[in-house]
Amino acid sequence: MQAVKYARAGSVEEAVSLLQDGGDTARPLAGGTDVIVQARERTRDINLFVDIKHIPELISIEYSADSGLTIGAATPCYQLYGDSTISELYPALVDSTSLIGGTAIQGRASLGGNLCNSSPAADGIPSLIVLEAQVEIAGPNGRRTVAVEDFCTSPGRNVLGDGEFVVKLHFPAPAEGSGARFLRFIPRNEMDIAVANAATQVRLAADGTVTWARVSVGAIAPTPLLVSDAADALVGQPLSEETIAAAAAASSAAANPITDMRGSIRQRVHLAGVLTERTIRQAAERAA
Amino acid sequence: MVTAQSQPQSAETEKYNVIGTRPIRHDGVDKVTGAAQYGADLNLPGMLAGRVLRSPHAHARIVSIDTSKAEALEGVLAVITNADFPRASDEVIDTGEGTAQLNWVLDNVIASDKVLYKGHAVAAVAATDHHIAEDAIELIDVEYELLTPVLDVRDAMVDGSPLLHESLYTGSMDGSKSDNPSNTASHLQFTKGDLDAGFAEAEVVIEREFETSMAHQGYIEPHNGSAYYRADGTLDIWTSTQGAFVVRDSVAPLLQLSPSQVKVTPMEIGGGFGGKIPVYLEPLAALLSQKTGRPVKLTMNREEVLLATGPTSGTYMRVRMGAKRDGTLVAADVHLAFEAGAYPGSPVGAGAMCALAPYDIPNQRIDGYDVVVNKPKTAAYRAPGAPQSEFATESVLNELAEELGIDPIEIRMKNAAEEGAQRADGFTYGVVGNVECMTAAQESPHWQSELEGPNRGRGVAQGFWFNIGFESSAYAQVNGDGTVPLVLGSTDIGGTRASLAMQLAETLGISAEEVRPHVVDTNSVGYTQVTGGSRTTFAGGWAAYETAMDIRRQMEERAAVIWECDASDVTYGDDAIIRGPADEDGNDQQLTFKELAAQLASTGGHIVGRADVNKTSSGPAFATHIVDVEVDPDTGKVDILRYTAVQDAGTAIHPAYVEGQMQGGVAQGVGMALNEEYYYDDSGDLKNASLLDYRMPTALDLPMIEPIIVEVPNPGHPYGVRGVGEVPIIPPAPAVRAAIANAIGVHMSELPMSPRAILEATVLEE
Repeated sequence: MQAVKYARAGSVEEAVSLLQDGGDTARPLAGGTDVIVQARERTRDINLFVDIKHIPELISIEYSADSGLTIGAATPCYQLYGDSTISELYPALVDSTSLIGGTAIQGRASLGGNLCNSSPAADGIPSLIVLEAQVEIAGPNGRRTVAVEDFCTSPGRNVLGDGEFVVKLHFPAPAEGSGARFLRFIPRNEMDIAVANAATQVRLAADGTVTWARVSVGAIAPTPLLVSDAADALVGQPLSEETIAAAAAASSAAANPITDMRGSIRQRVHLAGVLTERTIRQAAERAA
Repeated sequence: MVTAQSQPQSAETEKYNVIGTRPIRHDGVDKVTGAAQYGADLNLPGMLAGRVLRSPHAHARIVSIDTSKAEALEGVLAVITNADFPRASDEVIDTGEGTAQLNWVLDNVIASDKVLYKGHAVAAVAATDHHIAEDAIELIDVEYELLTPVLDVRDAMVDGSPLLHESLYTGSMDGSKSDNPSNTASHLQFTKGDLDAGFAEAEVVIEREFETSMAHQGYIEPHNGSAYYRADGTLDIWTSTQGAFVVRDSVAPLLQLSPSQVKVTPMEIGGGFGGKIPVYLEPLAALLSQKTGRPVKLTMNREEVLLATGPTSGTYMRVRMGAKRDGTLVAADVHLAFEAGAYPGSPVGAGAMCALAPYDIPNQRIDGYDVVVNKPKTAAYRAPGAPQSEFATESVLNELAEELGIDPIEIRMKNAAEEGAQRADGFTYGVVGNVECMTAAQESPHWQSELEGPNRGRGVAQGFWFNIGFESSAYAQVNGDGTVPLVLGSTDIGGTRASLAMQLAETLGISAEEVRPHVVDTNSVGYTQVTGGSRTTFAGGWAAYETAMDIRRQMEERAAVIWECDASDVTYGDDAIIRGPADEDGNDQQLTFKELAAQLASTGGHIVGRADVNKTSSGPAFATHIVDVEVDPDTGKVDILRYTAVQDAGTAIHPAYVEGQMQGGVAQGVGMALNEEYYYDDSGDLKNASLLDYRMPTALDLPMIEPIIVEVPNPGHPYGVRGVGEVPIIPPAPAVRAAIANAIGVHMSELPMSPRAILEATVLEE
């Protein structure tokens, strides 16, 4: 790691200005669990870290039944899974944040950082997708909002432009009868990167009919995918072996993975289906 | 010092005062408080930071190296390449657990005409700080001519395969060499009986092929090496190593120095398992120091450790085994092809000797091939060669038992090698605990329990390892207060300060806490072989015992001076009381160890006991392991539900450390079984050179491993010690394979048996 500059931003506007001045080699610093490693290993050329975690709105959790949940992008994982509202209403966020890294990493790592690192295997993103997160971005031209499923564009890349960074994530309040679940598959039981991961949110009517669903699968394509065919296979009828199998098959069909040291194409296509099936069943249990 | 709460000694060690108890290790406080000095902790005035430039290619000819831009960088004091070393001859030197040609040792430390694996060192720099050193290596221009990499042991053996070394010919045991150069460095063969007649007699024959991946020891402390070459031509080296003398005797000839010019100080070591025997950074630090006149420190990062130090061999193996219907083994044919990495010297020889070692099979043939490939030069790894070869043979034996409907422990008992049995390599066993381990396994709560539930299975396997002797040295002085500093040449990698101090204490009749063990540099103790081969508590224990006996003799002599009698009339008792003849008044004369120690200074001066031993004997040891697994058929993931490790320790000097060795060996064996592999792409690029993607088991991947220590004392050791460190890594892989087969009916043919491999053998089978 080379000598780098560090600037602590006190406001969103100051951070935007610092990032804009810093150009290509300036990066926002939240928990730093990805960017510091990338700088040290020289896989990313960084000359300026703009520390955004001292901006109050970047570390915050707010909920109301009307406006839903808003979390600051730099809020560390442990604060999210330690929050009683999130545990009660958004357990899929607990699924994700409690298995990213280990306990020490969870003390610093954030969902905003996980999103901006834009790894195809990110363990936070499928949950954000099925929970319909909206990403609030600040930049030189003010603020804009992007649906999370449109945020990542390719491995390590996303829609952020020069001087832009993610400020907040917004989630609608969960509707009656909703349940969501995130699962990942790793060869070990801890401290690993997903071979494949998946999240599902379903909404069940009183008679058990699936009235709404979202399915997202990760590590099986250049970006985490929103698989609408999988949701379509579920909506409009009660859950059955047939609809679940059809949804799983839709996820496998949507998968476009690579073979690497973490898994093979065939293994990942297969796991996309297995994890889709499991998350549907467990999301439905939470909905009931 | 505090002694740990007492647990009862075993039936075998009740007769001892110290052996079989569990004192707190002497080096424990420094380790838990962080005071212990590991290799990278060394800092000297004026010390420079070194950095190594490594090859991005698996196989290439070095056309040119231009270091001028790096040399011109402010803060860079030296840049070296292979050409800066004196020319190394092809003389063979002792490299710890093996031997090697000096020129190959040098070329592995820093490449000469060719790079032979990704990560192969090409140049090294010394600079005023490590940031400058990092920048400097990026300024070195190397022109490569790419060559086709040879990545699979079977491809490497084919005629016409690209050659790694034009000068390498296949050697045979009769000393002959092949006519043409080859990637096969050597072929060895052990035979016994009549193989064809044996198979003709067989009523059931099973033949299987296996492939295993390279696997790394995974020690937590990365390699390091610091050196200071003084103006008077003497060289100091500091490094965390398993053998300070081997470092001295490797570095000295590479720099054309006399061993007496080189002093190696072993730093505290954060794991080695065989991988911290070869030299990598020490010769580079030494030459950089020679060039700059300043001390130089080199350290590796994790990626460098995985790319460029010595894992254990990947293999291709084929085993054919025949039995009678009653389970009697009549013939076994074993073919072992081991990847040596870039230079000859895989552990195939030890693998071949161990392959069938637990069994008395009348007709055998074991062929072993040592084959170079474009991967890092392999190093010793805990029972080198045996986890692979015994995986193959134990797996076939388990399938034979299944085919014959015989209990897997029963078939092993029926064929077990006992006292007098001879291996194909000619070694004949003395008293061994092979059957005793099997019996203890049968009687264990684990084996007696029922395993229930879908996709669950149980497996067992046996393991054998030699446990060697060879040279160890020690000395100890007696202080006036009766305490005894013990000076050792063996670096302490697994609690040997404690196990050697305990053997000295037992022999003197004092407590373990009254002995203070110290590991010292190569100028301060006699020649001692590496800490490896499970030899240290065995051979080092001999040295500690003989050191104590030397003290006893000298104290008898000193008491004779005091009592004005003949030394032969004085007896040093095991209770540490020195008894002489009755005095003029007919009263008994005796002194305690402490009382006599207090009088040493005034009766002729302090004393030092010493011993140098060279034991050609060994302590053969066996193990029986039982494992229960559950397989997720949808994902191929294997969970270890329960694990019991039974092992003959001979005598367990410190039972807690014996149990720790057993549990640690199992953890590494399970890692090899389930997930650990060197994953290369077709260009020879190691794609998982990090502990994220090189998947060793974590604490959450293993249950509490239940150790059962069996004690069949080794008659070739004063306290019955056999080595304990290595044998427990051997049975896990075949036991897990058998448990997977028991759970889902599929016999795997490769290691690791990863989720991907299991899926591809089941739901994704093509």
